Amino acid sequence: MLFLSQLINGLQLGSIYALVALGYSMVYGIIMLLNFAHGDIIMMGGYFALVTYAASSNPLLAVVATIVGCVVLAVAIEKVAYKPLRQAPRISLLITAIGISLFLQNAAQLIWTANSRAFPSTSIIPSITFKVGGLSISLSVLVTIAVSVASMVALTFLVQKTKMGKAMRAVSEDTEAAQLMGININSTITFTFVIGSFLAGIGSVLYCCRYPVVNPTLGSLLGLKAFVAAVLGGIGSIPGAVVGGFAIGLAEVLFTSIGLSAWTDAMVFAVLIIMLLIKPTGFMGRSMTEKV
Amino acid sequence: MKKVVSIVIALMMALMLFAGCSKPAQSASAGATIKLGVLAPLTGDVAQYGTAVANGVTLFFEQLNAAGGINGKQVELISYDEEGAPDKAVVGYGDLLDKGVTAIIGDVTTAPTIAVVTESQADNTPMITASATAAAVTVSETGAVYTNMFRSCFIDPFQGSKMASFASEILSAKTAAVLFNTGSDYSIGLKDAFLETAAELGLDVISNESFSDGATDFQSQLTNIAAKKPDVLFVPDYYSVVALVAKQAKDAGLTATLLGADGWDSVLNTVEDASLLEGSYYCSGYSTKDTTEAVQTFVTNYKAKFNAEPNMFAAQGYDAAMIMAAALTKAEEAGLEAGTAEYKQAVIDAMKATNMDCVTGHVTYDEFNNPEKTAAIINIVGGDDQFWGKF
Repeated sequence: MLFLSQLINGLQLGSIYALVALGYSMVYGIIMLLNFAHGDIIMMGGYFALVTYAASSNPLLAVVATIVGCVVLAVAIEKVAYKPLRQAPRISLLITAIGISLFLQNAAQLIWTANSRAFPSTSIIPSITFKVGGLSISLSVLVTIAVSVASMVALTFLVQKTKMGKAMRAVSEDTEAAQLMGININSTITFTFVIGSFLAGIGSVLYCCRYPVVNPTLGSLLGLKAFVAAVLGGIGSIPGAVVGGFAIGLAEVLFTSIGLSAWTDAMVFAVLIIMLLIKPTGFMGRSMTEKV
Repeated sequence: MKKVVSIVIALMMALMLFAGCSKPAQSASAGATIKLGVLAPLTGDVAQYGTAVANGVTLFFEQLNAAGGINGKQVELISYDEEGAPDKAVVGYGDLLDKGVTAIIGDVTTAPTIAVVTESQADNTPMITASATAAAVTVSETGAVYTNMFRSCFIDPFQGSKMASFASEILSAKTAAVLFNTGSDYSIGLKDAFLETAAELGLDVISNESFSDGATDFQSQLTNIAAKKPDVLFVPDYYSVVALVAKQAKDAGLTATLLGADGWDSVLNTVEDASLLEGSYYCSGYSTKDTTEAVQTFVTNYKAKFNAEPNMFAAQGYDAAMIMAAALTKAEEAGLEAGTAEYKQAVIDAMKATNMDCVTGHVTYDEFNNPEKTAAIINIVGGDDQFWGKF
């Protein structure tokens, strides 16, 4: 029974990692950028929800504002910071992403101070605990898992079955060839950022409902771990990000539950190193040959 | 001619020697005031602590002087602003001695206090800090106690021991669990003290879980703890972690009473729903909610003078002044002369034997010159911090 509870904890944590990892993976797949500002967009999402709820006391409005806020912010960052560098070396893009990450953290600190703030989680997802046998499962855990899975199914449909999804896959495969085939590269890339940050917005609400304290560094460790999950699954691969997210979540909980909690973070990054040594492309990544 | 010049110069030098001698004789004969040094950061990053302590000290001696001083002598406070820097604190110590102080209240933060105590040990100058909580303030690296150094605050780990006694003796807990931060000295210190006292009292610690600094997910630790059904769960960390633990503990189905220490201060501002912490207890050096007369009188007087709510530092500053004044009184009663070695030793001996009621609790000293005193226990009831009592 204890094992089953821990398994549910792992699925819950894993589904949040998976949602965030998807954002990393999709952006990497399309413009080869490790978007290190992704975690901080989630942090900003937490504040958007906090501020909207404080002003309106409407949980639905808070959720919508978070998602819209994350999307607008991510698209703005893409237009202002990343687009002018599309022809620049990839390292410039990476450094810009780190710069944006620092900018967002400090902006949040300037606007909302460095103090931790309480997040109105029970107003968004009521605090209800179900007792099944000896198991106690809270509603927020069930909602987290259900919403994550639903988002992933919707994303798979979007990418595999729609015209825009086809364009995304084409751009990811070969940007120049896709352009020659008449695909609008700019709008496809923007669309990818919209989808990635939409998922980040959902992830932000779910994360803050589980861990209801918001502060300006909320996104850093979450972002790093989701990045590890994306690499583990094979960066650029959508099912890979999901598999990686769940794998990291479950491994963390398993490690902690046997009493090695002090080593959990070290374990996550050790997994990354081992994976890079054995199979650099991750579980589901395509091996890419360097184009000459 | 040359001889005359040299004789004149020699005479002048001799005169200067006598001039140098005349000064201490003068100050010794004055004796109408007792000079006391206050070493604190009054400007700079940690000025908020320094000014609070200095305000507490000033308030006490104003009251004391108004009531006639010690042995008919007024106490003259000479303060030195060390700006929170250890090197400036050492300079300040020398400066205060030059001005003829017989004892020092200070320093405020840990590093400057340690810097000064290694100097003051050689002069055997009585010192009391109101707020430096590190063990190293009164005990050197070799384990030798700085006999001239005291404090009016309790050291951090002491709270762990307090909460273990409280759980066992007042809450009648039989089993306990601990959830601590492996990346924080504060948390580890409190956890160790809790485990030690729990073992002495027969409180069975059935679960000892930890997390790394910066963690937000405690779900699996709490699931393990909940499965063992302890009576109490001790969480020695700061309020932002406690807010997360409180939420996840409820989700994990944990029913234990949560216990904490002074890091929990203002936790109710960070936890989204105060009912998550309903029935929890934490200890603190001092609380303005404390209903005892000594605290309420202090709060009223402090507000009247400084037009602000006295925080823990102000209260401990007031207590440091109170302990020092009592020790000075003993030395005066013995008929000793302020500033002499015997006087200083008498003050130190009197401080070591302290056994009195202060604002923040009843104080006696242990072998390491740390106060063994009562803590204020705060109980979270009805979504508010309530003063439970002294323990």
